[in-house]
Amino acid sequence: MRSRLLSGFLRRQEASIFVVALLLIAWFESANHDFLLSSASLQNLSQYIAPVAIIACGEVMLMIGGEIDLSAGMVYAFAPFIMHFAADAGVPMFIALLIGLLAAGCIGLLNGVITLLLSVPSFVTTLGTLFLVNGLTLTISHGTPVTPTASEAFAQVFGAWGYSEILWAIFVVIVLHVVLRHTRWGLHTVASGANDTGAREAGIQVTRLKIGNFVLAAVLAGFTGTLEAFRIGSIDPLAGGNQIMFLAVAAGVIGGTPLAGGSGTIIGALIGAAVLGVLNDGFTLIGINAFTFNIILGAAILAAMLFNIHVTRLARLGDAR
Amino acid sequence: MSEALRADNIAKRFGAITALDGVSLTLRQGEILGILGDNGAGKSTLMKILTGYETPTGGRLFVSGREVALRSVDHARALGIECVYQDLALANSLSVYHNMFLNREIVYRGPIRLLNHRAMRQRAAAFLEQIGVHIPSVDVPVERLSGGQRQAIAVARAVNSDARILLLDEPLAAMGAREAGLIIDLLIRLKREGRISIAMIMHNYAQTLDIADRIVLMQHGQITYERDAAATSVEELMDIVRREYRAMRSSS
Repeated sequence: MRSRLLSGFLRRQEASIFVVALLLIAWFESANHDFLLSSASLQNLSQYIAPVAIIACGEVMLMIGGEIDLSAGMVYAFAPFIMHFAADAGVPMFIALLIGLLAAGCIGLLNGVITLLLSVPSFVTTLGTLFLVNGLTLTISHGTPVTPTASEAFAQVFGAWGYSEILWAIFVVIVLHVVLRHTRWGLHTVASGANDTGAREAGIQVTRLKIGNFVLAAVLAGFTGTLEAFRIGSIDPLAGGNQIMFLAVAAGVIGGTPLAGGSGTIIGALIGAAVLGVLNDGFTLIGINAFTFNIILGAAILAAMLFNIHVTRLARLGDAR
Repeated sequence: MSEALRADNIAKRFGAITALDGVSLTLRQGEILGILGDNGAGKSTLMKILTGYETPTGGRLFVSGREVALRSVDHARALGIECVYQDLALANSLSVYHNMFLNREIVYRGPIRLLNHRAMRQRAAAFLEQIGVHIPSVDVPVERLSGGQRQAIAVARAVNSDARILLLDEPLAAMGAREAGLIIDLLIRLKREGRISIAMIMHNYAQTLDIADRIVLMQHGQITYERDAAATSVEELMDIVRREYRAMRSSS
């Protein structure tokens, strides 16, 4: 019975990477006893994990359908500026936030329409909008950061409070996990990634579905940028960028979502983001030289992925016997 | 015998290319019709028109004697026409029961309409049992099934939807004898139940004459030969095609 439970667990896509996350946490905790066991360090760790996790959820929905959004990191910086301008113009803060997200959604819509209706591969479409949105943000902001003007309570809810971001991330993960596994939208996203022609022949509106996922990914990226702006207390045109977009894609892949499409997991994206966050936070606390940091981070990403792929494969082999 | 589906002088042109040049064809109620012909003869185009995937540039279509203009795959499906394409339209990474219910999932009532996995699982298992398709479990992804099992799932999915007209594009392609036997048995069992009429595109003459009640031969976007299966033979069909081939060689 116990071995069946164990093999059932190992067969889950997310299982092996969850083990990696636990091992990493144990190692950093033993190397630096301040890693987990204080509120400040927990908050700190969660702030490494949350932004990557939220963006990764959007990327995973796209990756399952065989698409990708490279512009996410730029939309991240773009949305809070639109919110700021709307608030400046006298719009109530909450509406201003929605306007910011709407603007992000428009970028997503543009990505989706160009990719699906004009048949440009999403890698190329979003590479284009990456530069386009970046330039747009720099232009409208004149390249200078601004301070968000919201009531204290509003700011606390939307990122400033230490655990606000991670709670938002968990909320997004739960909602999208349910969408992916328990709604027609999610099921059809998987089907369109596994067999695009087949899904269309079955009558699934693949175009509408994928455009929707582009909008979703962009809105989530814009929302993350807004949360981070309130947390840091500054809206920076250079915030986010390609670093966070690639971390989000990496989180998805590490969590068990292949770039090829047809399968994937939202829970895995959260765990993948946790692994990256633990690495980032852990190495920072240990005090590794900034130059060697990326070397170790890169190697760790590769190691985590190799472990993930091969443990899953071995578990499958054991299954087949 | 009443007709399930009738095509009357159907034409399809793609720019300067004429894919179908006035095809007239009747699928009778409860029969299996085999459609034979070379690559490029227009079989697949005809199939796509009958399923509403393509619209014809000329001609008329009748379903159960009533004229229809098929607007889309969904429209054809609503009229009881189901098709199994050569690429099977299966999503490999999804389970058997998800594929069986693809795009007509059972959902719970309520504003969010969550998927009712349990009902789909049970109904899929019961239906496969009923039509005699044996697989280890409806929970396995279809990518772990054999070619024959996958084809059986695709056919079962089409039939599961109360289809009255089933169109099959090369249902036995790239299949070993044992696997093909599985599908042939399934088709004959479905026919015996009597609710369904089947038209299928085929390559193998012997297999076609074995399963089909009637065959038509397509050449250059036209139907050039039509017989009851019992009234013709592999040799006769081969002769027609061979004559055609020689005529083409000598004229070019």
